[in-house]
Amino acid sequence: MAKVKKIVKSITIDADKCNGCKACEVICSAWHATPRYSSNNAARSRIRIVRLPLRDIYLPVYAGEYTEVECTGRNSYVIDGKEYNECDFCRASCPSRNLFKEPDSGLPLKCDMCEETPALAQPKCVEWCHAEALIYSEREEEVEEDQPKLADVELGVGAMVDKFGLQQVLDTLARRAKA
Amino acid sequence: MRYGEIGFNLEVDLSHGSIDRVATDPNDTRLFMGGLGTSAKIMWDRVSAETDPFSPDNLLIFSSGLLCGTAAPGSNRTIVSTISPQTKLMAYSMMGGFFAPELKYAGYDKIIFSGKSEELVYLWVDNDKVELRDASHLKGLGATAASEAIRKELDDPDIQVAAIGLAGENRVFFASIEQGRSSASRGGIGAVMGDKGLKAVAVRGSKDINVADPVKYMELCDSVLKYIKFRGDHPIHGVPPILQGLGSPQEMAIVDEQWHTTNFTWGNSRTRRKDFWTPEVEQKWKESQEKVRTRLISCHNCPMKCGATIKVPDQPTYMMKCYSKLTYTMAAFSDLDFGFKIAQKATEYGIDGFSAPQAMAFALELLEVGILTQDDVPGMPEDNEGRFYYLLEKIVRREGIGDYLADGVYWAARRIGKGAEKFDHNTIKKHEQLPLKLGMLNPVYFLMYSTGEKINITQIEGQFPQEPFATRELREEFVKDWLQVPDEKFKKYYVDWEPRGEMSNPYYPTVEASCEIVDWMEKMHYIDDALGMCAGLSSFPLKPPYHIHNYPEFVTAATGIKMTKDDVWRSATRTRTLMRALNVRRGLNRSDDKPPEDHWKKRFPELEKQLLDAYYKFKGFNEQGIPTKESLHELELDFVAEEFEQKGIYSHG
Repeated sequence: MAKVKKIVKSITIDADKCNGCKACEVICSAWHATPRYSSNNAARSRIRIVRLPLRDIYLPVYAGEYTEVECTGRNSYVIDGKEYNECDFCRASCPSRNLFKEPDSGLPLKCDMCEETPALAQPKCVEWCHAEALIYSEREEEVEEDQPKLADVELGVGAMVDKFGLQQVLDTLARRAKA
Repeated sequence: MRYGEIGFNLEVDLSHGSIDRVATDPNDTRLFMGGLGTSAKIMWDRVSAETDPFSPDNLLIFSSGLLCGTAAPGSNRTIVSTISPQTKLMAYSMMGGFFAPELKYAGYDKIIFSGKSEELVYLWVDNDKVELRDASHLKGLGATAASEAIRKELDDPDIQVAAIGLAGENRVFFASIEQGRSSASRGGIGAVMGDKGLKAVAVRGSKDINVADPVKYMELCDSVLKYIKFRGDHPIHGVPPILQGLGSPQEMAIVDEQWHTTNFTWGNSRTRRKDFWTPEVEQKWKESQEKVRTRLISCHNCPMKCGATIKVPDQPTYMMKCYSKLTYTMAAFSDLDFGFKIAQKATEYGIDGFSAPQAMAFALELLEVGILTQDDVPGMPEDNEGRFYYLLEKIVRREGIGDYLADGVYWAARRIGKGAEKFDHNTIKKHEQLPLKLGMLNPVYFLMYSTGEKINITQIEGQFPQEPFATRELREEFVKDWLQVPDEKFKKYYVDWEPRGEMSNPYYPTVEASCEIVDWMEKMHYIDDALGMCAGLSSFPLKPPYHIHNYPEFVTAATGIKMTKDDVWRSATRTRTLMRALNVRRGLNRSDDKPPEDHWKKRFPELEKQLLDAYYKFKGFNEQGIPTKESLHELELDFVAEEFEQKGIYSHG
């Protein structure tokens, strides 16, 4: 199967350098506002800082996938003598917390690396992080070309035939083939 | 919809427990912009000249600024206004941190407290849900500890809390309001908060802050960020290391304190130790600082790192910024280890790091000369550090001599009597000042110390260098990229200013130039306080990213209210004049406008009179320092002139 090249975007989070200023939250929510930059609201940001100054915890976390179910347990980590909740590291928009949900609608938020045409040189949060706690990089990876698998097509056609009958599907295919 | 600002204030009557959300008048935004400006207008309208600081009628206003919480870097100041128990004038104090942006996210520009609660309470603002809650379990708790307890009981670590400690509860005249890494310390506003039975204000918000011209606004923000980076790469040589960059003096990052320790005075602002800073001291202080400093930290949406988390062994963690690391150290003739240790306790008790050490050093001086005796300080340790801890405990509890000292040096001296007044030598308008004693009168600083309505030199100085660089070439180099000047003439004033000779202090800058320089510097502070901008990115350091040329664009793009350079300038003039009017109404007059009596060795009474006369005239005040009817009319402050006439202030002023 053919190999294709794909750009993988990544942000390295150097939590030791974070000063907890929340500039990333400000610019993220402003960028994603409609119209762009018309408002800002940390509650709409797709990056949030877990900021516990008296425990010296500063941890930028990005919004990831939405999940319908919450975890069964709540583990904790101790790193360099500081105790973190498992949730502190978790990117999910999930039922157990308010994080990464639109405050009005409750719809999940997800970091899009500031997807834009033409592409940004780096995501806005990285640009605004003067502490250099967020470092952006791109790397090329070879991945297998994404081809529709035969099994998927068969499954789909089978469902159509079940629903509409073979003749109707054939007629439709013939008509589309001519068009 | 309103832009930049929210357009709503919270009114909280602590006597009756009522809470209202009140729309504000957009015309006041045009006139005063916001922050200190609109708060001064509320103080004028609602707090009469006769109102005692501890009357239920005194207001306590927590205000954000017009740009707070927007994307403008550094727009995070909370400006607290009330009548000061110490000066009896309008108190000015301000803090950074995260409180003001959170308040705007919650949907309010200001919280205005009136009345008094019989029981200790705290206010919990959670967007539209606002409630007064019992705080009896927080009584006596330190400011940081109380804030943590509130976050815990409300189960949200992101709640922003402003709280008082024991000093505020006991109405110490220099009690502060603490808020994590920041504090509003000056003027005894914490005492008013304590008097009102208000232990803390907790805020959480998740609403939008809107701007009118988003694309333009972001362009401006980006250009400021770029300039901040540029200034980081281009420090100003020729000034002390802590002042070369932007932000507050960088005393958490930098150890070199030669400038403060050898130029500022030790003890009760008495002793200058010109040879203090040696390589041994530097090495020892470096160790002290690096041992306790966990991390450099920022305020909301600001790339500077002016604060630090401090962890002294066997004491709770706290946060500190700039000069407070030296105030106790120098007042007690001690070292940095002591400074970091006692500052933790002082922060928990919630007292001003300028006033408190001076009140303590003042007491020790009185003891030395016999005005106070051992009977006044029963059980006080022998060593200097022990004495400072002893006095701290007495002051915050108002026990024994502490009850006198808790009123500050001015009032304590008068209550103690027996000649103690002579030892009150470093106050202006009854308020303790930076410990600094110099030789030759500086005309610019004479005017700033004498007339500053905020009664604190750091809240008026900044844009014009404190002294001329040694050579004309260096000064010419300095002015080359000085784009912040409102007018080219300021460059000439600076280039012509010599360290010695005819073109030097006290006769140069000339009287006229001095007036203009002071006016510029003061104006920038008033603009910052209206917009909620950190002085560390604007009015305080040399060559800052915000200045009179880009501020009008920021205001216009944020609010949609078209404001020119002249409009912004005039608005700041209006607020400055209104603050003077508030204080004049409360009895301030020309005799109060003077520097600490021994600030300079060489004084020039005739020149000083000329300076004050000219400056009053320049500001639109009469020779008594009272804003004239004409200047008030010009500033659309006719209501002030009317009241002055009614009260006969012009005739017997």
